[in-house]
Amino acid sequence: MIKKILLFVTLLALTVTATGIAAVNTIVLDGSTTVGPVAKTFAAYFSKKYGIRVTVSESGSGNGAKSLINGSCTIATMSRAMKDAEIAAARKKGVNPVASVVALDGLAMVVHPANPVRSLTKAQISSIYRGTITNWREVGGPNTRIVVIQRESNSGTEESFKDLVIGKGVQITGSAETQSSNGSVKSRVSTTLSAIGFLGHGFVDGSVKVIAVNGILPTVATVKNGSYPVSRPLYFYTNGQPSGPVKQFIDLPKTVEGKRMITELGFINR
Amino acid sequence: MAEESVGERNRTNTFVLSARKRTMQKAAKTAGEGVLFAVASFVAVIVLFIFYFVARDAVPFFQIRGFSEFFTSSNWYPASDPAEFGALAIIYGSLMVTLGSALIAVPMGVAAAICLSDILPFSIRQYAKPVIEMLAAIPSVAFGFFALVIFAPLMQNNGGPMLMWAWWILVSPFMLLAVIVISDLLTTKIKEQKRRQQLHIFFLIFFGFLSILLLFKVGTVLYGIQILTGTNALNVSIILSFMALPTIVSVSEDALQAVGRDLREGSYALGATRAETIIKTILPAASSGILAAVILGIMRALGETMVVWMASGNSSQIPEPWFNYLQAIRTLTATIAGDMGEADQVTGSARFHVLFAMGLLLLVISFISNLVSERIVVRQRKILSGQ
Repeated sequence: MIKKILLFVTLLALTVTATGIAAVNTIVLDGSTTVGPVAKTFAAYFSKKYGIRVTVSESGSGNGAKSLINGSCTIATMSRAMKDAEIAAARKKGVNPVASVVALDGLAMVVHPANPVRSLTKAQISSIYRGTITNWREVGGPNTRIVVIQRESNSGTEESFKDLVIGKGVQITGSAETQSSNGSVKSRVSTTLSAIGFLGHGFVDGSVKVIAVNGILPTVATVKNGSYPVSRPLYFYTNGQPSGPVKQFIDLPKTVEGKRMITELGFINR
Repeated sequence: MAEESVGERNRTNTFVLSARKRTMQKAAKTAGEGVLFAVASFVAVIVLFIFYFVARDAVPFFQIRGFSEFFTSSNWYPASDPAEFGALAIIYGSLMVTLGSALIAVPMGVAAAICLSDILPFSIRQYAKPVIEMLAAIPSVAFGFFALVIFAPLMQNNGGPMLMWAWWILVSPFMLLAVIVISDLLTTKIKEQKRRQQLHIFFLIFFGFLSILLLFKVGTVLYGIQILTGTNALNVSIILSFMALPTIVSVSEDALQAVGRDLREGSYALGATRAETIIKTILPAASSGILAAVILGIMRALGETMVVWMASGNSSQIPEPWFNYLQAIRTLTATIAGDMGEADQVTGSARFHVLFAMGLLLLVISFISNLVSERIVVRQRKILSGQ
């Protein structure tokens, strides 16, 4: 019995060392939950085609930036551009972040399917999130209070939403509920009659209703030509200009296969 | 023969030790005690270390931002520019769900413990206790998932009826008790037997009617309530109370068991009924243990993170009005868990240190409540031992 355990432990130790050695040949991605699906699909495709291991973690754009600065990932996936403070911190540590756009993403404003509201203006959405409009009646809906759902402070989606809709220096109301991923926002909105939330375009499905912003629905065409007002690019960040397999990986969105995968996931090619 | 002499010699040697052996024994004794002491103090040292390191990173926050904002403002915008670190609503949220879960878990837990130790037959208790303790083995993320995916929509869709039924089921027994006691109290002064009985029946009917009216009136009001969001303080309080229950039941049942047969039998021998024995003898004798159980359970609720992060809604607001359990709140633990990711020395130091300030606050709260409970236990013991 003891022998067996010993054997097992040795084997375990060996595998751990082996993976440690293999880590040199791995591409590690960390960051946005929005870019997550693209990164994962790319990773599966890439490792199948080139035999290089690619691992993907989703811990939020802010964490991605942090990992890149700390050197614990090769590529930071981010659903917002790096902030000046982050770039300065990176420079200080000798890291030179280089951005490359993966795809475009429209932030879809979603409500419960039973909600009669079809369209809101950007100003109305901003008022709802600032807490000055608190009842659906004020925007042509039923007489119920609005349950405002936002993302946690870690989220690039939250940051983009703030920049694109609310503007800098204005706070989201304290009564807004906070959810930690696109998926949990969707599940809350799909089960709460009076909720409003925002999702990456790729996460929208039949369980929630997308409403038009300034009369325009987020579609491939409207995001691509820039007429949908709440859209943003998604990024891969590397330390310095990428080369070798990392460059191949970063350039996937330019290939036919890469474009097909991005479209299938509901994101929009540049 | 030879064997016997060896045994003889050994026996005498155990009493008369050589000097070398004595020093060796002494050394072994010191070494053994030293190891035990080191292990025991290690635990204490760990607590001190945690305290030290949390405090070390918490102090800079107060140096940068001062005390007043943290404790008096409810504006929690750590990520924006300029950042605001008002934690009042978050502290309030923590206390709110802790109180809510205690209100549910303590009566239920103590009642269940009494039932287990003094009312149920042994054969049932043997199975019931492990089943209750199994509740403690469910990972908190599973509780959180249940709260978010099943319980929250349920509350949104059937909130009013659920509240009404909870009100009826929980309050009716107390109402019945109150009606009987009040009618008894009002009629004890009357000397005349017949008149007293008549009045007694009249009061019973009168107060019974009043209480039923109250039950239905409040019930219909509750029925009409539309719960807007299922991820609220009530949801979290209920789930947290389930998580605190096994601790409370298990520890207080042990305390009740520890009271022993002699006290129980003494009470019965004096002619007390089972109810009198439980209320007047066993509960006071076990009160310190029950209090310890309650504190442990409450600490579990205060420190729980996953469930509140998933199902409390995480809005940094003091509900309107302040006792409204149907609104989303945010707790200290959830804030630490949720904001840890981005908060780093890289992105601004106050934002990093404020989370440690919250951790320190949690530590201090649990420390104080432990101290208080310790004091109460000691005093209780003194009273019981007649000093």
